[in-house]
Amino acid sequence: MASIKRMVLDVLKPRHPNIIDFARTIADLGEGYRVVISVDEVDDKTESVMLSVEGENLDFEAIEQAIKALGGSLHSIDEIEAGGSGVDSAARPQG
Amino acid sequence: MYRQLLLWLHISRSGKIARRYFVVNGFDGALTLLGLNVGFYLSGESNLPVIISACLGAAVALGVSGVSSAYISESAERERELHALEEAMVRDLSDTDHGRASRFAPWWVAAVNGLAPFLFGLLIILPLWLAAKGVALPLGPIETALATALMVLFFLGIVIGRIQGAFWLWSGLRTLIIALVTAILIYILNP
Repeated sequence: MASIKRMVLDVLKPRHPNIIDFARTIADLGEGYRVVISVDEVDDKTESVMLSVEGENLDFEAIEQAIKALGGSLHSIDEIEAGGSGVDSAARPQG
Repeated sequence: MYRQLLLWLHISRSGKIARRYFVVNGFDGALTLLGLNVGFYLSGESNLPVIISACLGAAVALGVSGVSSAYISESAERERELHALEEAMVRDLSDTDHGRASRFAPWWVAAVNGLAPFLFGLLIILPLWLAAKGVALPLGPIETALATALMVLFFLGIVIGRIQGAFWLWSGLRTLIIALVTAILIYILNP
């Protein structure tokens, strides 16, 4: 089965922990995980973020579980890139 | 586990609260023990077992009071905050780090709030206990206990100064002045 190389997730999370700790927790889930988080919207207690994770073989279930454990909710999977080793990226915006 | 605890402290922001409780209730404990020893000094009481029992009783009571009052108030506050966050997130958060942090924070804050006056109290009692065991002290037992209480209060003043970003010596002296005012009030009111 092809491995997941990259995913972009739309997540609603509490303001605490902040995106630094949030990113660190996700990045620690696997070897070579690279995480980028950008904040879309900030409310009094919550913030909507775009969470982008890259790696050789991303574990979606573990990432979803970590998001939930940190109090967040996964709203949608906005981009995904999957393929075998050496296969070029094929990012496809969800629409 | 250590990292998990740090995360819960961060989420619940209970590190700062515990620091505040440590100073406030530690100050309460040290000042109470100072007051007790000033009272014993002025009354001429020299029976060390009586003095130690009274001081230990006060330290234990302050410790238990600190634990119970902080736990009750903090757990109510945390529950309210978690419910508010659950409403904002539109989901149950009891099985998340937020839920665990909101259950952990009251115990942590309560422990700090109770241990601060108890441990500072024990430190002030230590010279009395040493004297009762026959250890020679440079001053009399109550005088040494009073000096220890003043040192504890000075130390807490320095901690307050560091939190405020103020000059440590001035903030230490400020708590010493409060201690001296307390001692003078006890002297004035002493029958």
